[in-house]
Amino acid sequence: MTTSVSVAPRMRIAVPVWRFAREHANAAAGAAMFAVIVTAALAAPWLGTIDPQSIAVLDRLRTPDSQYWFGADLIGRDVYSRTLYGARVSLQVGLGVTLLAISIGLLVGLLSGFVQAADAVLMRVMDGLMSIPSILLAVALIAITGASLSNVIIALSISEVPRVARLVRSVVIALRQQPFVEAAITAGTRFHLILWRHILPNTMAPLLVQGTYIFASAVLTEAILSFIGAGTPPAIPSWGNIIAEGRTVFQFAPHIVLFPGIALSLTVLAVNLLGDGLRDALDPRFVQRG
Amino acid sequence: MLAYTLRRLLATIPVMTVVALLVFSLLYLTPGDPAVVLAGEQATEADVARLRSAMALDRPFLERFGIWMGGIARGDLGMSVFSNRPVTELIVQRLEPTLALTFGALLIAVLIAVPLGTLAAWRSGGILDRLVMSFAVLGFSVPVFVLGYLLIMLFSVYLDVLPVQGYKPIAYGPGPFLKHLALPALSLGIVNAALIARITRASMLEVLNQDYMRTARAKGLSVPRILIRHGLRNAAIPIVTIIGIGFAMLISGVVVTETVFNIPGLGRLTVDAIMRRDYPVIQGVILVFSLTYVLINLLIDLSYGLFDPRIRY
Repeated sequence: MTTSVSVAPRMRIAVPVWRFAREHANAAAGAAMFAVIVTAALAAPWLGTIDPQSIAVLDRLRTPDSQYWFGADLIGRDVYSRTLYGARVSLQVGLGVTLLAISIGLLVGLLSGFVQAADAVLMRVMDGLMSIPSILLAVALIAITGASLSNVIIALSISEVPRVARLVRSVVIALRQQPFVEAAITAGTRFHLILWRHILPNTMAPLLVQGTYIFASAVLTEAILSFIGAGTPPAIPSWGNIIAEGRTVFQFAPHIVLFPGIALSLTVLAVNLLGDGLRDALDPRFVQRG
Repeated sequence: MLAYTLRRLLATIPVMTVVALLVFSLLYLTPGDPAVVLAGEQATEADVARLRSAMALDRPFLERFGIWMGGIARGDLGMSVFSNRPVTELIVQRLEPTLALTFGALLIAVLIAVPLGTLAAWRSGGILDRLVMSFAVLGFSVPVFVLGYLLIMLFSVYLDVLPVQGYKPIAYGPGPFLKHLALPALSLGIVNAALIARITRASMLEVLNQDYMRTARAKGLSVPRILIRHGLRNAAIPIVTIIGIGFAMLISGVVVTETVFNIPGLGRLTVDAIMRRDYPVIQGVILVFSLTYVLINLLIDLSYGLFDPRIRY
């Protein structure tokens, strides 16, 4: 790691949105798609949906038509309604994991970057956590705590924390050697002011980009967990659960798997496009994907 | 080199200990008393107490951790609560399909990603570059199970050229083996290829700007020779590094892909163990996967010397 750090300029909110959109067409497309998905999730009750849990046995496995836009599932529930309400689950998980992982990771990273004594121990624990593939860690945590939406969020956050912590730590270590921080220390600036004025603002750009990747990966992993039966409780219509239920009848009723699958892919695509655009625009050097 | 290898191998011990401690804590925190479960319904209070002390369940946390670690050192991962067979045996039985799938997917990923990434960098800004980059973002966003179902639809349902699901061991001959492996390896490979293609392109872009690339061109070397001998070789380190990091993704992918395609591998074992709350098996699988991940990344670190002779150990 080099000692210099690109100090991202303060984001000027006054910069017209359309200029950003023109320069970063992909990011704009991602943001627009994401906005549509969020709106659809929030407005689900008013978008021609019925109760996602209501069962119409006579309509079971119906292919898409004017009444059932995305068809009906094994016990005759409306796949369109379930897909739209499923967006709420995915977005909740994405947002929850992103916020939780960034808050804990920020804390661990700051501690590790500033307190030499804590650094070695914390980083070994982070290395250990990173060596457990995130899906298995989540599976194990959910196996002992029981399947619930909040446990899924906590489990996924734990596996994302090490990446955030390492990112923050590298920013802190690089910044500590910068002349403006050394000058502030020499001038006797109090610690919390250095943190607030010099360190935290510089973690914002990389964390914003990392945040989008965490969001995308959380949405994806939640779906995988539900799909293999270790995630969100089956009673909740999450995309992974809908796909898992359609698994057995996939060959003659592919719509049950297809529509939530497309919704899931588009959501992750939107967030990834947004993240790539933000990375190009803000150019934080520390963010690593994977 | 040998000394360096040994030193690096020793350096993985703290990481693996942390992993083992985390995994052990999982079982320790698990609700329910294994002694009560194992003793059965007829057991008296005294039977359970005897079993508990025989299994060392009444000892303090660290002592139990020590006993457990000692078992692992001898290859003893405990007994499956569900099938009452050693976890090690269960894992060994399920190894072949998982290894075949992992290496198949990795091979496909590298074969797709490295040429595409290289060409994208060589013609950067062009149509090919845009196509490759779009593929990379798309591949990164489509979950492996959705891709798996799409491929089954196309190749098995509409075209009817490949089997829908299942696995045939290599002992049945290469034909059936490859036919069954093709779709799962392809779906897992494509997702991984997206990651590798991005890094290949980025790494090649940097290399292509170097002076020695201009010299190679001025010497009149052919384009493939320039790209492969002078380009790829110098761009290799980030590429192999991402293959190592992507290995974690591959492991998650294996669990899902085996479920989609009904492959009786370690992934299925994990999923079944979760359903049955078979904690020793869950523990064992996590430990084996994590150890593999750490060792693969160690191998990758050691391989740097192959690509860059300036790196000496």
